Amino acid sequence: MRREIPLFITFIIGIALVVALFIPREPFPELDAEFSRWFDIIAVFAFVLGGGNLLQVHVDRITRRHPDKWFSVVTLVGFLATLVIGLGKIGGDPGLKGNYIAEGTWFKVIYDAVFTPLTATMFSLLAFFVASASYRAFRAKTREATILLVAAFIILVGRTPLGYYLTFWLPDPLQFLHIPNLSAWILSGPNLAGQRAIMIGIALGIIATSLKLILGIERGYLGGEK
Amino acid sequence: MRIDRRVIFILIALAVAIPMALNLVFVVRPSPIVEAIFDKVESLPPGSKVLISFDYGPSTVPENQPMADAMTRHCLIKGHKVYLMAVWATGEAQANVTIDRVIRGEFPDRENGVDWIHLGYKAGNQGLINAIFNDIKGMFTTDVTGRDINTFPIMASVNGLRDFDLILSAASGKPGLKEWVQFAGDRGNIPVAGGVTAVEAPLLYPYYPRQLLGLMGGLQGAAEYEAAIVRAYPKYRETSMVAVRSMGPQTIAHLVIIFFVVVGNVAFFIQRSREKKARVG
Repeated sequence: MRREIPLFITFIIGIALVVALFIPREPFPELDAEFSRWFDIIAVFAFVLGGGNLLQVHVDRITRRHPDKWFSVVTLVGFLATLVIGLGKIGGDPGLKGNYIAEGTWFKVIYDAVFTPLTATMFSLLAFFVASASYRAFRAKTREATILLVAAFIILVGRTPLGYYLTFWLPDPLQFLHIPNLSAWILSGPNLAGQRAIMIGIALGIIATSLKLILGIERGYLGGEK
Repeated sequence: MRIDRRVIFILIALAVAIPMALNLVFVVRPSPIVEAIFDKVESLPPGSKVLISFDYGPSTVPENQPMADAMTRHCLIKGHKVYLMAVWATGEAQANVTIDRVIRGEFPDRENGVDWIHLGYKAGNQGLINAIFNDIKGMFTTDVTGRDINTFPIMASVNGLRDFDLILSAASGKPGLKEWVQFAGDRGNIPVAGGVTAVEAPLLYPYYPRQLLGLMGGLQGAAEYEAAIVRAYPKYRETSMVAVRSMGPQTIAHLVIIFFVVVGNVAFFIQRSREKKARVG
């Protein structure tokens, strides 16, 4: 029964959600809304699971005296401090429904003074690595690599005002060579075709996997088979 | 030819810092794909209900925040009712930035709960979009400050996503603009548009223009929207130029990257011709 009941629930909810999409008549829209609300409530518990997992992994590293244990200490201190400050709404309205990130709360201070600069710095570093990687890896070694290189060049220039300045003087019959127009064509032509092919492939894969889940063929989500 | 990585890093840093210091500004022209969003917001009658979702975090603020600010500013210029929310936990704080900077900063006469409301963040990703499709008040029982949602006049005529005239999203990943198209726009025939980071923009083109009426791709897209606002409403020139001003450093940084790609390829071809000659010799 430990396996049959979850399989039954998956089957009923899966079928109901699929049917609700095609039959917009009661009770299906109401069922769809109700199941979505349940999903959102269950999704909140993912935070608890995630937090628990984070604690488990890093406490384990510290107790085993892993070489990177000090990083784990920083992670745990940061996690627990943010959790306590956020849940306690320290510096703000302590009520259950109070805004944890209102002006004056400690959480807001952490968000503005620690989280924002750290994540912004991490993302900004990409500019340096992209430049370095472009120099080392972007070589016209083959015909395909050359096409990629030319496309990248046009997009790089076309996504800045420079693209306009370089070719705005082209006469009307040659406007298709205007760099912003070329850039737009690459995005809405070859890129679009490639993206659609990938998306259709992924969608077919999702349909196949979903059917396997609904029909109980794929049971990996229930845990290890004994 | 090998160039020390540190040289590349220093040149990129200078390519960003010098244009910022010199306040280098290029003229930006709106492209049709961005103009489509502007035209839609422009064509809605005053008082239309526009949902703006903040689906990003601080890491992509330079690209996403000018988009969100510009869309909010344009909606308020046109007198639309603005509903702010987030499907990203970090989006709630970013919406607060827009509220402080744009709503309270530029439109202090607009009243919270009457002209705009901040619904905050709820967990569930695309499941949240699905859940609020028919019943938004069931998920957002309060606004972000904890006040009962039914006490706000702006929420009186809103039950689900179909009650909105337009859904806009500033997004940098999943869930984001694509999920708004799939779970709200397509399903309810609701106009959806917005902006995403430059790296994500190519993924959204398959939806344009039938399912996604317009798209801002990266900083350039945000700058184009700002340029469209300034062109139509010159009095907002001072506040609506954040992305346009940032295009200077981005343009020079792109040039430096192109320079390194060209140098790398020239070196590659020289080396290859030398190797060929050596083999023949």
